[in-house]
Parts: sequence; structure tokens; C-alpha cells
Amino acid sequence: MPQIEERKGIGRTVAIVLLVVFTVIYLFPLFYVVNTSFRPWAQIKEYPPKLMFEPSIGSYIRIFTARTGFPPNDQPTQAEVEEMEWYERIVYKGTNEQIVRMGDLPKRYMNSLVIVLLSTGITIILGTLAAYGFSRFKVKGKDDWLFFILSTRMIPPVVVVIPVFLLYRNIGLNDTHIGLILLYTAFNVSFAVWVMKGFLDEIPIEYEEAAMVDGYSRFEAFRKIVLPQAVTGIAATAVFCFIFAWNEYAFAFLLTRNTAQTVPAWLPYQMGVLGYDWGAAAAGSVLFLIPAMVFTILLRKHLVRGISFGAVRK
Amino acid sequence: MANIKLESLTKRFDDVPALDSINIEVQDKEFFVLLGPTGAGKTTMLRCVSGLEKPEEGTIRIDGEDVGEVSIAARDVAFVFQYYTLYPHMTVRENLEFPLRSRLRRYEQAKIDRRVEEVAEILHITRLLDRKSVHLSGGEMQRVGIGRAIVRQPKVFLMDEPLSNLDAKLREEMRAELARLHYQLGSTFFYVTHDQTEAMTMGDRIAVMHEGTIKQIGTPQDIYYKPADTFVAKFVGSPPINLIEGTLKDGNLSLSGGQMICCPTEEQLKALESAGKDKVIFGIRPEDILITQEEGDSNSFPMNVYFNQSMGAEDILNLKSDDLILQATVAPNLDIQVGQTVYANFQMDYAHLFDVDTTKRIG
Repeated sequence: MPQIEERKGIGRTVAIVLLVVFTVIYLFPLFYVVNTSFRPWAQIKEYPPKLMFEPSIGSYIRIFTARTGFPPNDQPTQAEVEEMEWYERIVYKGTNEQIVRMGDLPKRYMNSLVIVLLSTGITIILGTLAAYGFSRFKVKGKDDWLFFILSTRMIPPVVVVIPVFLLYRNIGLNDTHIGLILLYTAFNVSFAVWVMKGFLDEIPIEYEEAAMVDGYSRFEAFRKIVLPQAVTGIAATAVFCFIFAWNEYAFAFLLTRNTAQTVPAWLPYQMGVLGYDWGAAAAGSVLFLIPAMVFTILLRKHLVRGISFGAVRK
Repeated sequence: MANIKLESLTKRFDDVPALDSINIEVQDKEFFVLLGPTGAGKTTMLRCVSGLEKPEEGTIRIDGEDVGEVSIAARDVAFVFQYYTLYPHMTVRENLEFPLRSRLRRYEQAKIDRRVEEVAEILHITRLLDRKSVHLSGGEMQRVGIGRAIVRQPKVFLMDEPLSNLDAKLREEMRAELARLHYQLGSTFFYVTHDQTEAMTMGDRIAVMHEGTIKQIGTPQDIYYKPADTFVAKFVGSPPINLIEGTLKDGNLSLSGGQMICCPTEEQLKALESAGKDKVIFGIRPEDILITQEEGDSNSFPMNVYFNQSMGAEDILNLKSDDLILQATVAPNLDIQVGQTVYANFQMDYAHLFDVDTTKRIG
């Protein structure tokens, strides 16, 4: 017995070591981005990079602002520097620039949030209802329909970028919120239908039948009985749809210029006076990561059950 | 409270008839049992009555009203399912309240509370009220399931094998409980089962179904003592009835190729005469074969005991004579050994005769 105990102990240690190693490997890029975002301007491109430094929020100020460089013959005087706001001073000391106005980040950020949340919401509603139909009713040619829905996923989205661009230009959807919402919804809805159908199939139909016999309409039964039990599936699907739309780059880059530009399409354009501003890009990336993390953590409880749903029978 | 009337009810699944022109009338306050093997169409019939399935033809009347176009919710029937269909995200109390909160009823909270307490009292589940329904045992779940049915006092109760997922001991308890409930509530029960014991012990009347048709409707006694055909005879009764092919010769019945010659009763002879058949299927239940050590007066045949299943209260003897095998039940204290030869005395008064072609009862 003690031998077995001992072996168990060793196995546990090995598992923990492996987990730690993997965690470190996976978290390192994230750490590096966060680390870079807080580096003072002078140390961003330093090689070898220093891990310890005095943190600065200069990069965050730069990502939020539009700036121009001070001309060499018109440097601010000592008095002028002292009159500057604290954030102006940080920028001036870092990159010798002056802040012209608020940058585009808040607008782009709002674009991203509006487009992604709306498209995720619409996707979940359409996907759940369609999946419910496929799961519960006799639909003529059900398998063909489902295959057709799945097949919209078979070509990589990038392949249709040009046709979609031309189509959108002709019908005036270029650089509009509605354009991207439609596009992301169209891409995600097939995925949502399939995943939600899997979840709904697992919910015994007898529950709804019982509810209908108990005096409820089919829609009420769906709302009061099926939906609460499908929360897990909805959460899992929503997270995947959200992350896909939030991270989507190719279409956002091609179809939006200004009004509806999302963060991924805008973030790469971070040029400072001294070339590409890696610090600002890193700061933008960190801010960009937050919603996906918050969204996932909020739904985490459902997500873990959701992903392993099919494997473990209730 | 209401009666149910089914008239030439027909339902097909992909052209396979599940119900074939069914006519049944369930009386008000009756405990009516639909008995049959798996796939006989029992559940389909129940689902048609509830509205969960739509029949192709025929009418369903509940309390005289044709409910063909009435929605499931508005039919005011209660359905207890084979699988416990408690809503898993609700507590027991919420489950019981659920039917009362329907838009069709709009009860006040006080009334809802009162009904729930009453029902919990009747079913002895008061202490479970605030538990999550997923944390209950099978028996408790089915109690709550039944509770959800009775809480709103529906016109009729439809029960689809509610006890089949319970273990044997619990099933026995619940059988008594359901019978008590039926007595206490005084309402119409339409009960589906494949278990003959449930049917015999609880039913006021039984309809035996096979492959979408009704074979016989009658009281448990009718079904048992006067089965309408060989299917009913075989399906009801445990151990099952012995069926032997026989030929009528000079007023005697020659069974199993002349191995046994027995004399039918006058009544049976008359019935055979009027049926004009001389080839029949002879049926005798195991308990209607009297086993003796010595030869009896008549209809007594020597047979070899080749197997004995002891059930405690009785022994089931498997008797053999050439290639004919019969089962007979005897009291356990007879001290009969395997290999011994005993006499099987057919109690002809209790024997059954069936038409060899149509399998219908002759006498």
C-alpha cells in the first residue's frame, strides 16, 4: 500500500509540474504584452529586454490620443513644460510629442462592442430558434438543410472577402455597423445552429410535453422549460461567437475605414514619430483583451459544463 | 371529472398503423387500464387523448366534447410520464406550482399554496417541498410527478407506465398508493401498462391491446377467466396458460396427436358444435391442472416432472410427456421430486377452447 501511495504522490507531482510548465508557456505572450504596455518609451525596443523597470502609463496615454511631434525649432520652454497637464508631460518626455486631440480608440472600441454584442445576440436568438425547430419538429429534408447550414462554414471566410467587398460596395454596406453585424451573424449562425441543436437534443422532449399538458403553449414551454435548461449551451455558444467576432480581422480591415471600424482593424495603425509604436500597440492589445476575458469569466461556470456536455451523461 | 370516448381512432407512423380503428369508452371515475406488450400502441393512444399526437382518423370525446381541435393545454388532462419529467431547474414546490401558474388558470398565490400543501400531504412529500427536484430518488420523483398531475384537479388522468422505472418493492407500494389515490380523488384514470399485475390489481376494467387493435375489454375477471383469444389468454396470467392443439372426435377432445383424450363439458361441446369446428386450441391455466400421485377419475394423465421452480408460496412444475410440456402450479408442501411421474388432472370447467384459425374464443 505505501508503495501505491508513493507512486500516486509522484504522479501528482509530475502532473503539477507539467501543468505549471504549460501554464507558463501559454501565459508568457500575454505577460509579455502586458509587460511591454507598461514599459517606458525608451526601453520598449531595448535589446535584450529588461523585465524589471519603472512602469509607465505612457503607452496607454498614447493609444488614447492623437499627437504631433514638436518641431526641432519650437521646443516647449521649461515654463511651458511645467504648465502642461500630467499626461501631456508624460508624452512629451517620452516621445517629444504634443497631444492634439482625443484619439480614435474609444470610438473604435464602442464600434467593436456594439457590433460584436449585437451580432452575438442575434446569432444566439436565430441559432437557438432554428436549432429548436430542427431538434423538435419534422422538417422536410432536415438532414439536407443541416448540411447546407454547415456547408456555409466550409470555405474559409477570407476566400469570400473580395466578393463580399464588391457586394457591400454595391449595396452601400461598406463601413457600416449593420454590414459587419450581418456578416458576423451569417458566419456564426451556422455554428450556433449546430451546437445548440446538440444541446437541445439532449433535453428530453417529455419536459415540454409535460408543460404543454400542464396548460402552457409550446412557446411558453420553450421559454420556461427549455431555455433555462439550455443556458449552459447558450453560454458556451455565445462565448465562441463573441470571441470569433471580437477577434475577426480580415473583413473588418477590408470593409471598414472609419465609421464602423473595429479595434482589430484599427490597432495596427499605431505609428509614432519614431516609427511603429509597439508600446501603444501593446497597450491597445491589453485593453482589447479585457472584454473577451470578462465575458468568458462571467460565463465560465456554464462554459466548463457546456464544453464537456456531450461527453458526460446527466 | 369526465368520461373519455374514442371512436374509430386511427393513427399511422409512416404508413405503419399504430392504432387501427380503436373504439373505447372510459366511464366517469373509472380506473381503466390499457394493457399490452411493447409496441402495441398503448402510449400512442394515450398521447392522442392528451393531444400530444394527432390521430389521422376518428374522434376523441372528453366529457362529451370533441377535442380534435382543442389545444393540448385546454384539454385539461393530466399526464404522468414513464420517465420522471420533473423540471430539473425547479424545486419540488415550483414543480407542483407550475401547472397552477398557467395562464389558463390564474390562481391567487394563497390558493396555489393551499393546493400544493394539500397534494404534498396526500402524497407524503411535504418534507421534500424545498428540495431541488434533481436530488430526489426515483420513487420520490414519481410521487412528485403524480403530485403535479393531481394538483390542478384535471378532468382525467392519463398515466403512461408511471411505475415501470421503479424497483419491484417500490412498485408494489406505489400500486397500492395509486389505487388509494383513485379511490380518494374519485376521478377518471386512464392507465397504460405492460405489467399484468398492475392491470389486474388496479383496473376496474382492462383493455388488452396488440399491434394497434383492441383484443378484449372487460373486468380483470373477464379477462382472466374468459380471454377473448389466445393472445389475451397468453398475455395475462403468470406462469402463462398452457395451449395445446386438439381435435374433436366423437364428443371427446384428442390433444397433442391423441396423447390425451379428455371429455369437454356439455357447455363446451355445445359451443364447439355451434362453432362447427373440430380443430381447436385447448387452453388450461397452470392452476387449473390438479396434480395427484394417483390417477384421477377422468381427464387424468400421467406426466413426468422434469423441472420444479419453487416460488415460495407455490411451486411451478414443468411436466413432460413425450414432446408435450405443460406447467402446473401446486402447493409447495406436496413433496414432488424431479423425475417422478404424477397425474395431471385437467379441471375441464376452467378450460378454454379457441378457434385454431382465428384464435378467437369458442368456449
